[in-house]
Amino acid sequence: MSKYTPVIGLEVHVELKTNSKMFCACSADYFGKEPNTHTCPVCLGLPGALPVPNKKAIEWCILIGLALNCEIPLFSKFDRKNYFYPDLAKGYQISQYDKPFAVNGHITLSNGKKIGITRVHMEEDTGKLTHATINGEKVSLIDFNRSGVPLVEIVTEPDFDNPENVKEYLQSLQQIVRYLDVSNADMDKGNMRLEPNISLRSNTTNKQDPVDKLPNYKVEVKNINSFNFVGRAIEFEIKRQAEILDEGKTPAQETRGFVESTSSTVSQRSKEDAQDYRYFPEPDIPPLRWSQNYIDSLKANMPELPTKKEERFAQEYSLSNYDVKNLTGSVAASDYFENAVREAKTLGLSPKQVANYIINKKPNIDELLPTQMVQDLVKSTQTLDVDKKKLEEIIEKILKENPKAVEDYKSGKENVIMFLVGAVMREFKERIDAEKVKASLLAKIK
Amino acid sequence: MKNKLNTLNLKQAREGLIKKEFSSVELTKACIDQIEKTDEKLNVFVTFTKKEALDNAKVADEMILSGNDLPLLGIPIAIKDNFSTKGIRTTASAKVLDDYIPPYDATVVKKLKEAGMVMLGKTNMDAWAHGSSTETSDYGASKNPWNTNHLPGGSSGGSAAAVAANQCIAAIGSETAGSIRQPASWCGVVGLKPTYGRVSRYGVIAMGSSLDSPGPITKTVEDSAYILNLLAGADEMDATTSPLTPSDFLEALINKKSDIVIGVSEDYFKGVDKEVSEKVKNAIRKLENLGLKVEEIKLFDPKYAIDVYTILQRSEVSSNLARFDGIRYGSTRQSFSEEAKRRIMFGTHALSSGYYDQYYNKASKVRAVIVDDFKKAFEKVDVILSPTSPTLALPVGATKDSAMFGEMADVLVEPSSIAGLTGINVPVGFSTLGLPIGMQIIGPQFCESRVLQLANYYEKNTADEDWREKTPDL
Repeated sequence: MSKYTPVIGLEVHVELKTNSKMFCACSADYFGKEPNTHTCPVCLGLPGALPVPNKKAIEWCILIGLALNCEIPLFSKFDRKNYFYPDLAKGYQISQYDKPFAVNGHITLSNGKKIGITRVHMEEDTGKLTHATINGEKVSLIDFNRSGVPLVEIVTEPDFDNPENVKEYLQSLQQIVRYLDVSNADMDKGNMRLEPNISLRSNTTNKQDPVDKLPNYKVEVKNINSFNFVGRAIEFEIKRQAEILDEGKTPAQETRGFVESTSSTVSQRSKEDAQDYRYFPEPDIPPLRWSQNYIDSLKANMPELPTKKEERFAQEYSLSNYDVKNLTGSVAASDYFENAVREAKTLGLSPKQVANYIINKKPNIDELLPTQMVQDLVKSTQTLDVDKKKLEEIIEKILKENPKAVEDYKSGKENVIMFLVGAVMREFKERIDAEKVKASLLAKIK
Repeated sequence: MKNKLNTLNLKQAREGLIKKEFSSVELTKACIDQIEKTDEKLNVFVTFTKKEALDNAKVADEMILSGNDLPLLGIPIAIKDNFSTKGIRTTASAKVLDDYIPPYDATVVKKLKEAGMVMLGKTNMDAWAHGSSTETSDYGASKNPWNTNHLPGGSSGGSAAAVAANQCIAAIGSETAGSIRQPASWCGVVGLKPTYGRVSRYGVIAMGSSLDSPGPITKTVEDSAYILNLLAGADEMDATTSPLTPSDFLEALINKKSDIVIGVSEDYFKGVDKEVSEKVKNAIRKLENLGLKVEEIKLFDPKYAIDVYTILQRSEVSSNLARFDGIRYGSTRQSFSEEAKRRIMFGTHALSSGYYDQYYNKASKVRAVIVDDFKKAFEKVDVILSPTSPTLALPVGATKDSAMFGEMADVLVEPSSIAGLTGINVPVGFSTLGLPIGMQIIGPQFCESRVLQLANYYEKNTADEDWREKTPDL
């Protein structure tokens, strides 16, 4: 047993793929667009402009909450988070402080462990700074295209104790928001941003402390843009913090940045510099109240989620765990499979055959229609029948022509079999698996 | 008549235009002449858009000739400088925005433009609307048209002075707590503060976001009702506007006989200037003599509202002004003047970690108590009458050395503002030294019809009183 148990929690920002931004009618599709072309008085934070919340975005945020098994409080509100940064047009970010849209949820990992979801709340994205040199002068440029794009923040309890579980959680979360069709959740486009906080609990000292007592410090790591990097950042931190604890010291409470090139983290901001965000209720947006009926109807109309689909696939189609995982990676893939199964059924083919074909042949589901795929599947099984018949005829013929070789084999010269295989294959002309020919030959001779 | 067109009220001006007794160009020119004659003394216009006004008046005349009947077609109107006007400098009387030209119109401005108004320019105010005097304006104080040694009040002091000085036919102001009613009172004009959420705030440079209410400043009650008809209603650009469909406010005035029950609270006369107090009581007596029921009611002492208002408004101000961070708008934070800096620091402190519960949270709770207090009062009476301001227009320089000047001047309007109520100032006469005195009529939320009806009733029944003949000597 190692000396320390890692205590890890996660904050994940998911960018929603609504058509318009969170508080104005500007297009939220900012990626790769000409800077400052998707802007208006509201997302530029011009004097007098007011935010009007995007209903769709709020609905999607609640959907995410429901998908993460959260409670949805019937009263919620927006708050202002006040801080200065050049990419923050209004000098505050509209976010949610003490009344988030969803609370107290969980995700269950494959090993059965439940990861608690503390809260799911809605906020707006900021603009983006670019540091450049123009005509020999160092300048910082602000692009407000991203300003006001809807973001959902999902905060977990400090329930992880290893990077593998963190990675599985993230993959699961990514799959869920994609299933809900509310975010592209592409890491490389910044649709999903990860901030783990890591600390170590000593297993040997402080025996008098209750087991669930949290360490008295916390290190948050930013600038992580892949699931693999989050693992590396955590591994690095576990090692770094253990060394400090080994010396009898306590690691500093701070925010650190992940450095890709060295897979390490560096200090960015210490606890002393922690900001006071001076949260207060956003006066420009009235509080929101839901009826239980509304929440119930959202829940009822929620698409089938990954776990449910996996269970159903295993039962309904009698598939292995491996098959199920392979077929339910995305809604598109699972729909493709189910459409193909429906088609295949009319032709007397089993779901298992369809599953095998899809997993082995990996048809391009964007191009090949399920019906077409099933036709291909039918052809491949028929081809096999024709082959078998032809193969048997040829084997008959070759055995008749080579009685000596058959005798030799039967008397123990087993190498002779390869001579017969070669003969069959030459006669067969088309490409055929030698092992298959050998097996058929042996069956005949015996 | 043509040489005094600028003295017409909105109704008269509109009738004259429709009957083609005069043109919009003539009407606009009369206002422009008055501005050019008097504004050196009054300092009302931060930005005077003479050329645009004449161009628009010409267009209006063509439209009138072709039979167009837009509700404000060809009417010259002055707009407070915190309303965003597309392509026209909008400073909120703050140097930070000295050369800021908005790329969009405030909803109020958009509606007035669609109604055919001729905008004369942008009127002076306390910088960022932080005050009740116009003395905090970074462009110098405006002067009271009745006595230029006195202040017009504020923050919509420029708009109130413009109406009183007949520089325009009507004006637009905005009120956070008193900023329409108080300058209207000091300048002797009608000023209507609609219910919070009745008129869109979109495009109005925010002061206290949970309080700001745009409204008209006019020569008659009927003109205020007429303009409110054009401005009221839900705006998809302002989530805090009420979805309630406004009634026809002009229709409410038709009811000649009033059976409104008037509430009067002694607390609202405590410490009030003797002349002001007497004139307002006299006005209430006139209404009583006309057969209206007057009842003594008990309300929270208005002084409690000062603390609540100060904390909530400063907190919101500190956040609202954060966007002027020196990166955009061309001015550094050094350009903020004293009052704005003081409010930013106060509000920042009130919202700080560890102080939020003591200040903001507690103030919010007391606010709810004040809302409730009014609710109970309105179960007994229909409206509440009181002086609008505890004092007459104060002399120029009165605000120096008084950081809380605005709050003290607005003590009688702050409770109703905190509660989001509607209220109107109606002139009730003059002091012996010739300064105007105003009375406010406060009504429940979304009961503008009721306060307008009583205000109109009072105005009509006192129409032949001598003081109404007075005009500012400029």
